[in-house]
Amino acid sequence: MARFTPKVVTANALLEGDVIYLCADDRWSRRHQDAELIEDEAHAQLRLLHAMGQRGTVVGAYLADAKAGPDGPEPTHFREAFRTRGPSNYHHGKQAELN
Amino acid sequence: MYRYSDFDEAFVRARVAQFGQQVARRIDGSLSEDEFRPLRLMNGLYLQLHAYMLRVAIPYGTLNPRQMRQLAYIAETFDKGYGHFTTRQNIQFNWPKLPDVPAILSALADVEMHAIQTSGNCVRNVTSDHFAGAAVDEIEDPRPYAELLRQWSTDHPEFQFLPRKFKIAITGAPNDRAVTAAHDIGLRVVKNGQGEIGFQVLVGGGLGRTPMVGMVVRDFLPVEDLLPYTEAVLSVYNTLGRRDNKYKARIKITLHETGKEEITRMIEARFAELRPLFGGNDQALLAEIKAAFAPPAFRNAPVDAYDAFYKADPVFRAWADTNLSAHRNAQYAIVTISLKAHGATPGDATADQMRLMADLAETYGHGELRISHEQNVILPHVHKSDLPAVHAALLQAGLGTANVGLISDIIACPGMDYCALATARSIPVAQEIATRFEELKLEHDIGPLKIKISGCINACGHHHVGHIGILGLDRAGVENYQITLGGDGTEDAVIGERAGPGFAYDDIVPAIERIVRAYLELRDGPGETFLQAYRRLGLAPFKAALYPAEGKRDAA
Repeated sequence: MARFTPKVVTANALLEGDVIYLCADDRWSRRHQDAELIEDEAHAQLRLLHAMGQRGTVVGAYLADAKAGPDGPEPTHFREAFRTRGPSNYHHGKQAELN
Repeated sequence: MYRYSDFDEAFVRARVAQFGQQVARRIDGSLSEDEFRPLRLMNGLYLQLHAYMLRVAIPYGTLNPRQMRQLAYIAETFDKGYGHFTTRQNIQFNWPKLPDVPAILSALADVEMHAIQTSGNCVRNVTSDHFAGAAVDEIEDPRPYAELLRQWSTDHPEFQFLPRKFKIAITGAPNDRAVTAAHDIGLRVVKNGQGEIGFQVLVGGGLGRTPMVGMVVRDFLPVEDLLPYTEAVLSVYNTLGRRDNKYKARIKITLHETGKEEITRMIEARFAELRPLFGGNDQALLAEIKAAFAPPAFRNAPVDAYDAFYKADPVFRAWADTNLSAHRNAQYAIVTISLKAHGATPGDATADQMRLMADLAETYGHGELRISHEQNVILPHVHKSDLPAVHAALLQAGLGTANVGLISDIIACPGMDYCALATARSIPVAQEIATRFEELKLEHDIGPLKIKISGCINACGHHHVGHIGILGLDRAGVENYQITLGGDGTEDAVIGERAGPGFAYDDIVPAIERIVRAYLELRDGPGETFLQAYRRLGLAPFKAALYPAEGKRDAA
């Protein structure tokens, strides 16, 4: 069986559509580095179920690959990296709003 | 222009009110996302990578100035000050918030616009030639037929849950500017031996995962048979279409699995049943619609000022040479406003730019604007004496780029900068190609060349019919770009040929440059376009230019 790679739980916020990440204390953060980095497969499934249960605030929760970094979890795939920033053609989205 | 009837107005208002309630129920938790998703998609609302996206239909690409100003108002009030014109004559707003969407739809309804059937498995926005009603080569204005189809297909009870989405395009001219061969149904206005107007009907065209050029199923369909015949096609598709497999659900697959002969027989049999049910009300409606599309009162005035300006001003001349097309009234020209300034996002316009284009249409353009599937804006009726003033105003607004039909007039889908389905970015690739060839000052020398870029296999960027097509994919977690060559979206539609292995993001612009330099070396002369040269020479010399290392290996 394939080895489990670390994950974060991510989704979009219902009202704004913003990309959000599930933190270890059950809060949702706009910042990837605040996310809970999940290293255990069973725990990942539990956290995903927890996220999917919040249907009044969260849309389309899923597990995304991530890795540990100096300031917290970092995305490993370019799609997830774009989701942490926003589009490349304008300074819009998180790259403008979080700094 | 067609104006909403009381029925249209009441229908759109009712849908806005209904969706407003659905949004409220989603927000208060009464509806789950699974319940809400099909409802929002029916109203053009997607959830994309970073935000919601609202896709608004611009039926057959026609807008009046008031509508364009309202799009500007929406962009400024509810979005980030711009809108994105798409390859299917829609406009997309990339940053609406869910609670604002009912207000946006209401603002659209105020100017007779909506987002109905811009998503979902139904008949989508009926697209048309963006030069309709103005082009010198036109047999008849196709838009009344498009409007008839729009009214017939909107909320058609039989066709709200088709196996898959369904796209219809119509052209009124033999030079096909509406890519009809790449639509589920393509309609081409033709005349028969008796001089009567009718349609050549193509079925089963489409790009995407399985690109196919549509097959001609009727050489001449009389005008009065348009709705019953279209209904017969959809009815047969609705019965046979593969609901079990999303990737085999489009009518092009149905056609190939069933066979042209058998499906034609079924369509004709269904048509024979349906035809008597259309008692002539559709034709009465069509006559009313046609009256609404009567041509404007063209001005009769000298064009000397234009001729003098053309001779005197090289910047104006360059723009006139690329961005003007022949109008059926010789005193007039069709102006294509490029939304492809070098380095800008193809198809994007700011609210200020939208308002300026609305003003120009009002002052100089008989109140008409068009959106092309090539993501530009058209002023279809401008008297030649007004062209210098129009050009000067466009230049000031950053809309005076003289590049229509050239290498920087690139179609690009939103790609992974916005789209949740995308596998790679397309916008920055378009930006970098345009910027590179602007640096080289080569684009006017290269001449007509269509580059089309899609950020996934669904091919919203029409890459298969680009002279040079680029398809962005995810190869083992890295963006990778495949090149196709020799595609053509006109009446002689051809699906491009894949050139070979893909290129990494950093290598795609140099790869395009190698193809173009090979063309410049190989062409007969400046009169031979890229596509003509490709047809004469085939893939081999371009492949050699793209993959020089392999050529060396073969030689060794």
